[in-house]
Amino acid sequence: MAYSDYPSYRKELESGSLTVVAEVERILEKIDQSAHLNAYLEVFASDARARASVIDQKIAHKTAGRLAGMVIAIKDNLCFKDHKVSASSKILEGFQSLFTGTAIERLLAEDVVIIGRTNCDEFAMGSSNLNSAFGPVLNPLDNSRVPGGSSGGSAAALAAGLCHASLGSDTGGSIRQPASFTGLWGLKPTYGRISRHGLIAYASSFDQIGPFALNAYDSALLLEIMAGKDEYDSTCSEQAVPSYSKHIEEPVSKKKIAVFKSVLNHQGLDPAVQANFHQQIEQLKQKGHTVEEVDFDYLDYLVPVYYLLTTAEASSNLARFDGVHYGFRASEAEEPEAVYKKSRTQGFGKEVKRRILLGTFVLSSGYYDAYYGNAQRARRLVTNEMNTLLEKFDFILTPTTPHEAFRLDRKDTDPTVMYLEDIFTVLANICGLPAVSVPTGYGSSKLPLGTQLMGKAFSELELLQTAKQLG
Amino acid sequence: MHDKYEAVIGLEVHLQLKTKSKAYSSDPATYGETPNSQVSPITLGHPGTLPRMNKQVVDSAIRLGLALGCQIRRVNEFARKNYFYPDLPKGYQITQDKTPICNGGQLKLTLADGSEKTIELTRIHMEEDAGKSLHDLDPFNSLIDLNRAGTALLEIVTEPDFRTGEEAYAYLTEIRRLSRYLDISDGNMEEGSLRCDVNISIRPYGQEELGTKVEVKNLNSFRNVQKAIDFEFNRQIDSIAKGERIHQETRNYDASQNKTIALRSKEEAHDYRYFPEPDLQPLIVDEDKIQKARSAMPSLPWERLENYTSNLGLSRYDASVLTEDKDMSDFFESIIENYSDAKAVANILNTQVRSYLNEKSVALNEYPVSATDLAELLKLIKEGKVSHSIGMQRILPEMEKGSKLSPLQIAEANHWIQESNSDSLIPFIDQALSMYPDKVEEYKSGKKGLLGLFMGEVMKLSKGTADPKLCSQLIREKLEN
Repeated sequence: MAYSDYPSYRKELESGSLTVVAEVERILEKIDQSAHLNAYLEVFASDARARASVIDQKIAHKTAGRLAGMVIAIKDNLCFKDHKVSASSKILEGFQSLFTGTAIERLLAEDVVIIGRTNCDEFAMGSSNLNSAFGPVLNPLDNSRVPGGSSGGSAAALAAGLCHASLGSDTGGSIRQPASFTGLWGLKPTYGRISRHGLIAYASSFDQIGPFALNAYDSALLLEIMAGKDEYDSTCSEQAVPSYSKHIEEPVSKKKIAVFKSVLNHQGLDPAVQANFHQQIEQLKQKGHTVEEVDFDYLDYLVPVYYLLTTAEASSNLARFDGVHYGFRASEAEEPEAVYKKSRTQGFGKEVKRRILLGTFVLSSGYYDAYYGNAQRARRLVTNEMNTLLEKFDFILTPTTPHEAFRLDRKDTDPTVMYLEDIFTVLANICGLPAVSVPTGYGSSKLPLGTQLMGKAFSELELLQTAKQLG
Repeated sequence: MHDKYEAVIGLEVHLQLKTKSKAYSSDPATYGETPNSQVSPITLGHPGTLPRMNKQVVDSAIRLGLALGCQIRRVNEFARKNYFYPDLPKGYQITQDKTPICNGGQLKLTLADGSEKTIELTRIHMEEDAGKSLHDLDPFNSLIDLNRAGTALLEIVTEPDFRTGEEAYAYLTEIRRLSRYLDISDGNMEEGSLRCDVNISIRPYGQEELGTKVEVKNLNSFRNVQKAIDFEFNRQIDSIAKGERIHQETRNYDASQNKTIALRSKEEAHDYRYFPEPDLQPLIVDEDKIQKARSAMPSLPWERLENYTSNLGLSRYDASVLTEDKDMSDFFESIIENYSDAKAVANILNTQVRSYLNEKSVALNEYPVSATDLAELLKLIKEGKVSHSIGMQRILPEMEKGSKLSPLQIAEANHWIQESNSDSLIPFIDQALSMYPDKVEEYKSGKKGLLGLFMGEVMKLSKGTADPKLCSQLIREKLEN
């Protein structure tokens, strides 16, 4: 029987009608049958089997953790000790992590099974999963379509039933957009809610780890386990972690929700997306919430600000992949300079190189202030504006993406066209706010559409509670 | 030509801190360990790792800043300095750019001729060190040791206030002494725990405007800093004399040839692309932290010098010799807790103790005699229980051999307690005089200089225990009455 939510699954395990071993076997078999999706870069089959039988015993002895037997796929930019991690890049060829990141460590402590690492856009840079060194991932709902990106493999794996939940990372929408394209719940927590220790950095001040799940409860439970202060990440918040899962079913009070006029009237918005969005607004109003249209003048600045700042940070974060210390080193390179140039030229894909070059440029002497400096100021301005807005409103509602999942053979000659895919999602990362994408309907090609709810910093509980009223 | 120009020099000193662990990780920061043994994934710059701020580094920076009268910044941001180098595993160095923890401050120098000079400081900031590339261990490959990578540094930048190499030398000596007093660094340039780059330009006397500056690197001793400045001053003057222009460039000092060699021009200089380090939260230094640091400050060399001369009555020379080295100064202070004649304590430290250390080439912490025993010895001498010469030439050497006995016990065991009882001295005097009847006559007829001969005999007969003052008085009484 297919997995629906963790409490029902746990009941089956505890009643003895199902074992983790059996469930892992079923999923491994399904992964085999779904190899064409290219969702997994590596399946940790023997690890998973061994762990499953240990967890079954713990369940029998009633010593099992809060996530016992939950089968989780992890994006290939999360470090898991003694396992390969490559950020879907050739430059990390053969590299194994020496440690397990905090989020995964905490899940393991509650007895999850890590089933494998999933394909993604190289170094989490992309909105399609077409930028992987290991080939594209197919959308399980329509194999001619992308699953979105950058956490495309994690989304596809869950949407195809190849795990119970999965982890992604979200720098500008990399969890929410693929969640929207594959009909899942995708949560980007507040910046600093989950430790980034063990997440291969793309843009440090934007990156957050978050869960893909089938429902609000699983999202809340996973967040609850992973969140909280961590001595290995000084940007991680010390704010106490509420029991999200315990309170998730509680009724919500009447909320004040804002929608941006500039979004409602946005040119690039697909009519089906627009219709679905209006339907969500009506539904919220019927449930007694207030939905109000507000001005937001910064929409067209968001994508430029996002790309200037994230590429700047990326150019520095990715400097360590130099062919000297670990991973891929170009052959026939002897002098340090040649090792750098050849290894990086051959090891990185086209999009990653484009962003490193862009980021290096915006930080370079003579251009810093015009690009990086101004983008920083714009970020502060937008953040202030959002904070002011969120004093008056509880949430901001947008579609997650301007349209449904696009075709794998889509050809963009101008990369900035693809960058506009992120127009509704980057705002949460620019301001460090929590946002969730919830499946709310289908587009003209019968592919899922998502709606995004964004809230105040550390308002994840109210965010998830209210998001349950969408769809 | 040379007397028409002056040098304008600024120094950048990197001080390696004595913190137990590294600047942004908990890896140990021990010097001289097996290559690549003091490293974790953080030091190795592995993907997924983040820096962790070491609070001890901040404390060290605050201590140094307070000692130098700097303004301590309350909100400190960190920055990344980006460049590729094989011993820089992350491809960037975590440092401070626009918000150094210390601004301003000054250091007063005393030069060889006794004149004083004040050097203004620009800033002090915290940063991490790189690893080491080893080019001479393997004939075919360069090797990398990352033990040093991530260890904590303070960079101290001065205003261009130096005019001579001698001043630079005096400054470095003072910085080293201060860092040892504050117990933040060994300040050892040969071991690399203190490193110095020089910025130098020349200009005609009387000109306000600065000349084109040249940076000199690869300096591995205080003396070489001085020599490199002297060389560079002359080189720049010679260039101008030949009608050439000074180029803004970085030059390497070659100690074996005592000259500087062009390394790279301004155009080839790195663009470090500094930007705020997003992996570290700004560090807040509150008033409480500064107050705590202030109250935990040891007294500083110049404060001690002032105390020794003004309150303890030492000569400026004695005081400056004692305060040169914090251990010696501490030792001095613990002796005078038990024996208040500061002058006598300064004498024994600056003569006998120092010559022992020189002879054995050991540091003061290996000196075998305790402060309390030295105080007791000085007390025995002062009270007349032993003579000065017995004390210094006999008892102290016994103590330095590691004797378990106290100075008094040593004196008693060897019968070195001074005879200050005239009854016990009279027999020795009678015996001595009876040995030289003719000399006694000569003395009586006016050859007073013979007193020394009789004294010597008495000393010999008493095995050195006779109190010389009493002895000479008794002999004179005997011969003159």
